[in-house]
Amino acid sequence: MRLTRLVLALLPVALLLGAPWARAIAPTQMPTAALEARYERLIHGFRCMQCQDESLANSPVSLAADMRRQIRQMLLAGDTDRQIRKFFVSRYGYFILFKPPFVWKTAWLWLTPGILLFVGAFTAAGVIRRRTRLVASDLEEPDPRDGLTGVQERGR
Amino acid sequence: MIPELGEFALILALLLAGLQALFGIGGPALRRERWVAAVNPAVAGQFVMVATSMGCLVTSFVQNDFTVRYVAANSNSQLPLFYRVAGVWGAHSGSLLLWIFLLGCWTVATAFGTARLPKQFSARVLGVLGAISFGFLLYTLLTSNPFVRLTSPWPDGLGLNPLLQDPGLAAHPPMLYTGYVGLSVAFAFACAALLEGKLDREWARWARPWTTAAWAFLTCGIVLGSWWAYYTLGWGGFWFWDPVENASFMPWLMATALIHSLAVTEKRGLFKSWTVLLAVLGFSLSLIGTFLVRSGILISVHSFAVSPGRGVFLLTFLVVMIGAALSLYAWRVPHLKSEAGFELTARESFLLFNNILLVTACGTVFAGEMAPIISLALGLGKLSVGPPYFNPTFLISMLPLLALLAVGIHARWKRGGLGGQGRTLLLTLAASAIIGCVTAIVIFHGRGVLAPVGMTLGTWIIFSSLIDPIDRLRRRIAIPRAVLGMTIAHIALGIFVFSMTAVQGFTVERDVALANGASARAGGYTFQFEGVGPLHGRDYGGSLATVAVTRDGHPVAVMHPATRMYWVQHTVTTKSAILFHDGNNILVALGQNLGDGRWSLRLQVRPLVSFIWIAALIMAFGGLLAITDRRYRIEHARAEETMGALAGGKTP
Amino acid sequence: MIRRFIPLLVFVGVAALLAMGVMQAPRKDLVPSPLIGKHAPNFSLPSLMHPHQRVSSTQLNGHWYLFNVWGTWCISCRQEYPELLAIAHTGIVPLIGLDWKDTRGEALAFLSTKGDPYQRIAFDPGGLEAIHWGVYGAPETFLVNPKGIIVYKYIGPITPRAWTEDILPRLPASATVAGS
Repeated sequence: MRLTRLVLALLPVALLLGAPWARAIAPTQMPTAALEARYERLIHGFRCMQCQDESLANSPVSLAADMRRQIRQMLLAGDTDRQIRKFFVSRYGYFILFKPPFVWKTAWLWLTPGILLFVGAFTAAGVIRRRTRLVASDLEEPDPRDGLTGVQERGR
Repeated sequence: MIPELGEFALILALLLAGLQALFGIGGPALRRERWVAAVNPAVAGQFVMVATSMGCLVTSFVQNDFTVRYVAANSNSQLPLFYRVAGVWGAHSGSLLLWIFLLGCWTVATAFGTARLPKQFSARVLGVLGAISFGFLLYTLLTSNPFVRLTSPWPDGLGLNPLLQDPGLAAHPPMLYTGYVGLSVAFAFACAALLEGKLDREWARWARPWTTAAWAFLTCGIVLGSWWAYYTLGWGGFWFWDPVENASFMPWLMATALIHSLAVTEKRGLFKSWTVLLAVLGFSLSLIGTFLVRSGILISVHSFAVSPGRGVFLLTFLVVMIGAALSLYAWRVPHLKSEAGFELTARESFLLFNNILLVTACGTVFAGEMAPIISLALGLGKLSVGPPYFNPTFLISMLPLLALLAVGIHARWKRGGLGGQGRTLLLTLAASAIIGCVTAIVIFHGRGVLAPVGMTLGTWIIFSSLIDPIDRLRRRIAIPRAVLGMTIAHIALGIFVFSMTAVQGFTVERDVALANGASARAGGYTFQFEGVGPLHGRDYGGSLATVAVTRDGHPVAVMHPATRMYWVQHTVTTKSAILFHDGNNILVALGQNLGDGRWSLRLQVRPLVSFIWIAALIMAFGGLLAITDRRYRIEHARAEETMGALAGGKTP
Repeated sequence: MIRRFIPLLVFVGVAALLAMGVMQAPRKDLVPSPLIGKHAPNFSLPSLMHPHQRVSSTQLNGHWYLFNVWGTWCISCRQEYPELLAIAHTGIVPLIGLDWKDTRGEALAFLSTKGDPYQRIAFDPGGLEAIHWGVYGAPETFLVNPKGIIVYKYIGPITPRAWTEDILPRLPASATVAGS
């Protein structure tokens, strides 16, 4: 009994580990190449809600297949990419998008690289200003050759 | 008996690691010479115990001891010997033991490597390593003991995760951990310098080879992981900005910054506090990465099966360790001052930019990695962050970095200027721009600016790196190993950038449904589907397809993509067929039977993708070559002299 | 010299975030629904029991109801089944089922052996209706008010505790009294 229970307890783990790996390879024919390209772009941009770390394009679960079908239908019905994104976001939240939108709740994320770069540039300017003033009083002349330090030069 | 022995050895190792930390950190602080002298024996003892424990776990796996829960959950009597051994790191507990074992190896190597350095310094380094080891041993024993027995043994094990049953992946964790753990040596050097309150160029010279070695291993580990993902996951992705991938990439970025900042500290005695901080942050990120992967707080395809208790312990450990190091930093950093100066166009400035851009890139990745957690914590809702965030934001700091690299390697130290290479540099830029644009626009028919820019930058880095070696060859001046290693690594980076641009810009990907005998075209190749047959493996069955590939009517190859169904785990995996042809990488993955004889197939043609991995491996090789430079050995000899003189003074 | 404390302070912030992350970890799979407070999707689907009749949102407006997404293939749905029967027994709020990605035969067989807690069951073998409700895994249960607004969504099998603590308090007192 105990053994069975253990196996049962471990089974979901094994299944979970295994499940997402089989890939969905789902050929879909769209009537035009332009629609086909939009379809491809769209299904790569949505997160599969069930396995959660894959795009709809790569997820093998059936929910992802349904969602791909929904996208296909909407495309064929003439919806724009924006409308399709809005359809899914209004039902599943921003979580379904791999690309966080630029709205006030996510602005901090998009601004972070810029802020970091700004802080970095500011710091660099400060360091260089300070160091250029020290050039005159710094008497050591480093060996122009790479890999050799001034210390070694003096020792020679 | 053997599992009990392993557990017992682990407990002894814990005690010895505690002593190692106590003697190593306490000895120099309290001026107890005996304590200092006892550090090396503690290191040896701890290593023997950890190795014994590791040996016991390996033995349990090899002997199919399914009374041990961890063995039963991760192995199976059907598994060949190789994968039974690889099963040791197939899940959380065992991979943790591997982590500790590799830390032990690094510690022993460090003990040998620092034997000729001042005793106090060596003791402090080993003491810090002991503290890290202590934490991980305690973590293993309290939350993740791999030696726990089953109350009633299972007749056979559940088997190894099929994804791990692959030589690439079996080798990936040890390599990656060697890199991760290696950063702890740089961390220990930094902590020892802070404890001593003294950091000079000698220190930088001692620390450099260790950092470079760890960086090289980390590079190889990431490459192996990416290569494995490429051919097992079946969708042809080699980098997805997955949280777990990021967890290994962030320490890599920090380590890369550290290598460059160490160069300045060694050459000019500059950036001391910054170098120390980078060493601390590099290891901190590898700890945080370990935490993120093992606590299960992020959604990832790679994460371990988790329990919250483990996360809490690891977080506590991480806070203690990093908190202590950063407090130490805040306390001691005023001692680390330098009065050296340099001009705006000096090499120092370029390396400063290098560091700032690499740290910015790392911060960008970190922000994306933490965004789901931050967003929830601040009540901003659930968020997901994928490649559409990482790709552009990462480029913001990478593009200037690459351009500055091509120029910066010619800048002279201190006074600046390009040493007369300005003209040559402009010429190479012009040549690169021509090559880049022609390749992108004429050969690959690319549109947009990114592809020509990326290819130009990649080519320019290669050309620019070659200027100095060619100059030296012409003037018959020997090239030191360190410079050679650096040059090789930079050229490899150029190749990497060039091929990455090609892959990002010009990959052709198609999902098709083909009936027997039908064919489809992709990327200039024709793929003819010739049916599917059954596949019979050791512990799996499945389907094996035959696809004949031709180009312009000439046969190229016959490819056999397959899907495998593992009986024990009920898992389907994809084994893509991969072919290198004319610089292209062709991937064919088999999907499912669509009925009436048709199967779905994924066809991908990626130009130059293999050069991404090759370039990264060459980069790592460059690092390893640099370590063998004479001056690291000279320094050993000199330190020996100093030590000898000191010893001579004491005992006449 | 505050600058030397900056790394430590930043780290303290990161550690605090990680700590919050650990606390949220068990619920990380739950994605809050943006439909809460919004109008429930309008739908009209064939009835599971009577293939020629339809179940539609217009029939449901004006009453509180629990919209439960299930399928016979879903193990967790079987797990919550006794609780659904108990809820149906109280008579406080009607259960409307959405039989998701199922086959009619299996569903009918299941209901006839286990009992039927639902007032009506809409049949969605193709799975597209569930997408309109933002469903990403069964079972999921929505509480909808008489104006047709989704008041609450419960993800996962309903437990007695979820019923008494999360769903019941959201229903008006009159309904509770009337039922008990």
